[in-house]
Amino acid sequence: MITAPPVVQTKRNYINAESGLMSWLLTKDHKRIAILYLYAVTFFFIVGGIFAALIRLELATPAGDLMDSNTYNKVFTMHGVIMVFFFLIPSIPAILGNFLVPLMIGAKDLAFPRINLLSWYIYMLAGVFGVIVLVTGGVDTGWTFYTPFSSSYSNGYVVMTAMAAFIMGFSSILTGLNFIVTVHRMRAPGLTWFRLPLFVWAHYATAAVMILGTPVIAVTLFLLMLERGLHIGFFDPAYGGDPVLFQHLFWFYSHPAVYIMILPSMGVISEVVSTFCSKKPFGYTFIAFSSVAIAVFGFLVWGHHLFVSSQSAYAGMVFSVLSFIVAIPSAIKIFNWTATMYKASVRLETPMLYAIGFMGLFTIGGLTGLFLASMGLDVHLTDTYFVIAHFHYVMVGGAIMGYMAGLHFWWPKITGRMYNEVWSKIAAVLVFAGFNLTFFPQFILGYMGMPRRYHAYPPEFQVLNVLSSAGASILGLGYLIPGIYFVASLKYGKLAGANPWGATGLEWQTSSPPPPENFEITPVVTTEAYEYGAQEVLHVG
Amino acid sequence: MMEAKSFQLFPDQASTIAGHVDALYAFLVLVSAFFSLLIAFLVVYLAVKYRHRPETGPPVPHESGGHGAGGMILEIVWTIIPLGISMIMFAWGVSIYFTESRPPADSMEIYVTGKQWMWKIQHMEGAREINELHIPINRDIKLTMTSEDVIHDFYVPAFRTKSDVLPGKYTTEWFKATKLGAYHIFCAEYCGTKHSGMIGTVYVMTEADYNKWLGEGSGEGSMAEQGQSLFNQLGCGNCHPSVVNNLNGRCPNLVGLFGSRVQLKDGSNVRADESYIRESVLYPQSKIVAGYDDIMPTFKGLISEDGMLKLISYIRSLGAPNGTVTTATPLPVETSASPRPSTHAVNGAAPPAGARGGAPTAPAAPQPRIQ
Repeated sequence: MITAPPVVQTKRNYINAESGLMSWLLTKDHKRIAILYLYAVTFFFIVGGIFAALIRLELATPAGDLMDSNTYNKVFTMHGVIMVFFFLIPSIPAILGNFLVPLMIGAKDLAFPRINLLSWYIYMLAGVFGVIVLVTGGVDTGWTFYTPFSSSYSNGYVVMTAMAAFIMGFSSILTGLNFIVTVHRMRAPGLTWFRLPLFVWAHYATAAVMILGTPVIAVTLFLLMLERGLHIGFFDPAYGGDPVLFQHLFWFYSHPAVYIMILPSMGVISEVVSTFCSKKPFGYTFIAFSSVAIAVFGFLVWGHHLFVSSQSAYAGMVFSVLSFIVAIPSAIKIFNWTATMYKASVRLETPMLYAIGFMGLFTIGGLTGLFLASMGLDVHLTDTYFVIAHFHYVMVGGAIMGYMAGLHFWWPKITGRMYNEVWSKIAAVLVFAGFNLTFFPQFILGYMGMPRRYHAYPPEFQVLNVLSSAGASILGLGYLIPGIYFVASLKYGKLAGANPWGATGLEWQTSSPPPPENFEITPVVTTEAYEYGAQEVLHVG
Repeated sequence: MMEAKSFQLFPDQASTIAGHVDALYAFLVLVSAFFSLLIAFLVVYLAVKYRHRPETGPPVPHESGGHGAGGMILEIVWTIIPLGISMIMFAWGVSIYFTESRPPADSMEIYVTGKQWMWKIQHMEGAREINELHIPINRDIKLTMTSEDVIHDFYVPAFRTKSDVLPGKYTTEWFKATKLGAYHIFCAEYCGTKHSGMIGTVYVMTEADYNKWLGEGSGEGSMAEQGQSLFNQLGCGNCHPSVVNNLNGRCPNLVGLFGSRVQLKDGSNVRADESYIRESVLYPQSKIVAGYDDIMPTFKGLISEDGMLKLISYIRSLGAPNGTVTTATPLPVETSASPRPSTHAVNGAAPPAGARGGAPTAPAAPQPRIQ
């Protein structure tokens, strides 16, 4: 924990204001809670990453020779469960959102600080369930928990894992609730809705998805637990249930959950692109409303996961056309970010490198989503590596690139220190290169027909799998390096100052790290967001 | 397909639908490549052209924004163009899907039962195989599929088609193979421990070779004949007449039933397809035929999924277009609750359950092998 304040840093801030373990575990300060999340989420990212490494090691050869099939199935299940429920969903909202939403709107804290701390404890409780599953033998259902395999056939700890995801959901709901109330009630004087930073708009839309979607997965997982534990038939035809019903309920949450992962990331990119172009984002209102549009339409596309599941062809048509439509707001964002760079003053600092990486990778991720929205193609592609490649381009190329951009962008604000510039740029390039090498070959594998979740595969798929595994090792290195220079920066980093990037948001007008109450004087907002030119642009060093 | 392959970048194109799917794929690849390269070019170009120059300072404020009339036109343009292109993709995808999901009326019928972790396949003529599917070239083939346990998915990449195989329900999949050869069957829906071992091979043969292969059958009779003996063994005929014009039974006559519309007691009507017959055998109370009482006991647990498919074949044969009733001699009936695990093995080769890469050579005609 960041308990030892840097020697030269004498100014009172949220880190040095109190000390001792209990001051962290019982804190109500949104910034400290964000740091608690940072530790927990990073832990799960490392665990999920180790499972990813095991998957890629096993798939380097066609035969299933590193581990047995049961173990492999558990490994990819744990990778998915941990990365989705314990990393991707909480990462940006619970860490960066928690830290920044109050700062960006000029508030002293979130609307419900105690509930905010409660969310973290609920997350940790879910984490304990997750860790118990890990150490007692794991689960082999895949993160999708499809019935009747999960309810009647799996030998793993299905109920315990479902319970972990179930509990985790409440943490998510409470965070969403907190954000919505905060954005409605706590904005500084003069900060109207259309003066809000786009990061806040994105989090507002995300919060809406969290509180509307998460209860559905909670109910679904609860029904699954009832069927598995008490043999009450919902999904297993042997008990009179319908297995496809589970898929409808599961994807009703889990497709919008994709937007819980990607929308906050888009919010980060809007901030980063604007700052490093020293320019108001092109089409502010279009970017803001596209977040809302994604949140709304995102709830209406779940059936595109069921084109081969005996769903009616006409229902499929509706889901297909809506899936194409939900892609449009994302395209609008990409075009607007690109247009922002026109006649700008572009600085290629590390956060901007990640943002540019995001734009490239998310574009590919989004476009390959069209392949899967197109019914005739999806029949061939669904459940193959094409799907794996597509959602990793969106989740890793999109959500994690955005998270890395955000972490590098706000690190000086969070810690008061700068990280090593050279190493951070090297790592950004490694992540981009390693990512593409890992996942691009999987598009080709998918079109050739390699099914997902295969422990062993026919030999003609080997060359592309070896490329993918090689890429994963570069990607892993790219994620390891920031871990080192971030930690080193706490001791050796240059002092950042209040506004190292010359950005306009309110969070940059208070000191770094911010004082416990965020602002010594509540700011009054008199201009729109991103009014560059109205102020002097400052630069690091 | 004619020689061993260790590396491939594109799947074999071996069905009538494959070319259509590949054409749509090519269109999407072109559109995606165009937009990806466009964005990549613009981002790199703008980042270099408008790179920060410390001497000139920040851009002048009036150049930022994008709320002017020009900005609005741009927003509309880059909303409408992607929307238009994606609607083409949508319509094209739907038209292929409708072809993919509607088996032609006169398709050759084959029955598939998935179970952890093997594919059991029954031909109407009686031949049975495991993890292998022999089919004639240039014939519409319709698979009617169900699962004994969890959800599986019957996927043939070379045919560009797949369908989930669900427990408690029949799904169909069809294709018309256009190239002789051997192609992978994969289970594409995760089904447990040996999911990646639930693979097999489709052998596309000439019509003559296929008929020859069928002739080497099990000697157990056609599916309908086997279904008839099951019918007799289960005593179905005690109540259900299976002779034309006999309406004296306590239960509906089965002649001409298959494919017809059945009037139900509650006023609705239903088409007598595979799912209807299956449901009526297992859950007889759920759909009562108008004019009859709810007296049939359930046969749940008394008949396997494979047996059910045979029974359906028999009932189907009673409603054959020529109106004749199959006159199969009742055969010694296998126990219906537990079908014989050993099946018709081609040329004496053991069924390669779960074995990868060891596809036995197909009978007759030199068959190219997958590897």
